[in-house]
Amino acid sequence: MPFELFVALRFLREGKAQTALILGGSVVGVAVIIFLSALIGGLQATLIDKTLASQAHVMLKRPDRAARIAPAAPGEAVVASVEKAAEREKSIEQWQHHLARVRSRDGVLAATATAAGSAFASRGELSKSVAIRGIDVGTFDSVIRMADKVMAGRFSVEGTEAVIGNVLADDLGVSVGDKIRLQTAEGRGDVFTVAGIFDIGNKDVNQRWVLVSLRQAQTMLDLSGGVTTIEVKVAEVFDADGIADDLAAATGLSAESWMKLNQQLLAGLKAQSSSSVMIQTFVIIAVALGIASVLGVSVIQKSRQIGILKATGTSTGALQRIFLIQGAIVGLAGSTGGALVGTGLATFFRHAVKNPYGESLFNVSLTPALFLGAGAVALGTGLVASVFPARRAARLDPATVIRNG
Amino acid sequence: MAEPVLQLHGLVKDYGEEPVRTRVLHGVDLTVAKGEFAAIMGPSGSGKSTLLNLIGLLDRPTGGRVEIDGQDTGALDDDGLTRYRGRAVGFVFQFHHLLPEFTALENVMLPMMADKGRPDPTMVECASHLLDEVGLGVHRDKKVTLLSGGQAQRVAIARALAMAPRIVLADEPTGNLDTRSADEVFVLLREFNRQRGVTFLIVTHDPRLAARCDRIVEVVDGRIVADRPNAAVRT
Repeated sequence: MPFELFVALRFLREGKAQTALILGGSVVGVAVIIFLSALIGGLQATLIDKTLASQAHVMLKRPDRAARIAPAAPGEAVVASVEKAAEREKSIEQWQHHLARVRSRDGVLAATATAAGSAFASRGELSKSVAIRGIDVGTFDSVIRMADKVMAGRFSVEGTEAVIGNVLADDLGVSVGDKIRLQTAEGRGDVFTVAGIFDIGNKDVNQRWVLVSLRQAQTMLDLSGGVTTIEVKVAEVFDADGIADDLAAATGLSAESWMKLNQQLLAGLKAQSSSSVMIQTFVIIAVALGIASVLGVSVIQKSRQIGILKATGTSTGALQRIFLIQGAIVGLAGSTGGALVGTGLATFFRHAVKNPYGESLFNVSLTPALFLGAGAVALGTGLVASVFPARRAARLDPATVIRNG
Repeated sequence: MAEPVLQLHGLVKDYGEEPVRTRVLHGVDLTVAKGEFAAIMGPSGSGKSTLLNLIGLLDRPTGGRVEIDGQDTGALDDDGLTRYRGRAVGFVFQFHHLLPEFTALENVMLPMMADKGRPDPTMVECASHLLDEVGLGVHRDKKVTLLSGGQAQRVAIARALAMAPRIVLADEPTGNLDTRSADEVFVLLREFNRQRGVTFLIVTHDPRLAARCDRIVEVVDGRIVADRPNAAVRT
């Protein structure tokens, strides 16, 4: 063991109260960093998961027709009031071709075509406005995971089967096997059997969505073999914006990413992240000040020992290292202890705070990167905090110290 | 006269900055030969502590030279001076100045570790041997805070000798001890001088202690006013 480490360890071991103070400070600091990061990270991941549970990452639609203004003849001015044309034609032309193209794009995991429109669902006297989504069962589930959200019955839209949300089922008073009538405003419709009831964790979707087969939806919505939307799942959710732009350029369709549709959520998450970074920064500063002040006091208290060490041949550099090593040890031990405490806290919260379904509300994310990061920060903090005390120790004049006892 | 271990040439030391500059030493010349057992005497404020700091390489003179073993110490940089001090000079202070965090054995080993950078088995052996010689072998693994004043001072003597220094400086080595312990400590120093030929320079204002040294150097107002061999030494 090097001389400096030997002395540093002994100083820490013998200065029990001080060591306990700075260790406690850095443990609490690292624990706060770990816990807060895990909590915020987990919370954000959960929020994004929830948001994307019922939403494709990118949605491609037929572009709005732009109204064209007749050019003015030379010497004339045109005053035009431009109104948006009613979109009678909603289906995407050559959608099979576009779908194949979308699927071949790098970063796209899956894509599915849906025919969506509004209708009324009724049973007896009760009637509710719903959103019909004609889906291709095979590919839809790979974009929006639905099969495992079905709480009763099966996820099947064969023939005249329909899958509805649990809120709509409650509203209409139906359960699996019951019949409901779906009808559009234009009067086209049919009687469907409820094959499954889902709960996707989003009340609006649970209340509005009615999943039927693509063919049935095309018939009801008068799309004659067409689809209204191509829904895309991408590998990296935060790449969605870029992929949406690429797909729009490649297909000529209008493409919207979930990020565009959830700008407020993302802005909120960003604000949350930066406030968390701010809190952590101040925690680090507080821990650094704590370490620096306690080590500083210990330099004063140990000035006699420092003087003696100098008198008996310990170099200035070695003395500085003795105090830097103390800072580093405190930082490392603090980060280990803090990681344990932080993990304990996070795990406790995950188990203690649950929703009525027994699912954890805090999906804390404890990643190795987080621990490594916190460890590095603690080590750095310890080292930086001990620079000032170390310099002070090195500057002590042994003659003065020794003469004054 | 045996070969000189320590030579002071025109040593001058000032404290403070102009205009309140005070000259504490006014050109001190002194030669100490190998194996000497000399006392430096003087009233407080005479500059003897300053002189000791300069000889001990704890401070640098304003003028003049300190030579140990013919080496001009003024030519060394700060780290070189520290290293040279660790090797060439041993200290015994009035207050034992041991490190309370360490055991007796570790305290004796510290100068060796500081010099070599890490402990090794020969250091343990050497330090144990020294502690045996000062009669504290049985207490080697005790914390020094558990030792009596006399015992602690004997550990300090062992530490001073750990690096086999060219000269040992003792500043009132018995000043803080009861008569019996003081006598034991003094006898110990004398033994190391007689049996091992260790050179000692002892600062004291106790005439009875000085009377037991081979040579008495008197310092008054920053000057050596008397330097005489002490013929009537009895131990």
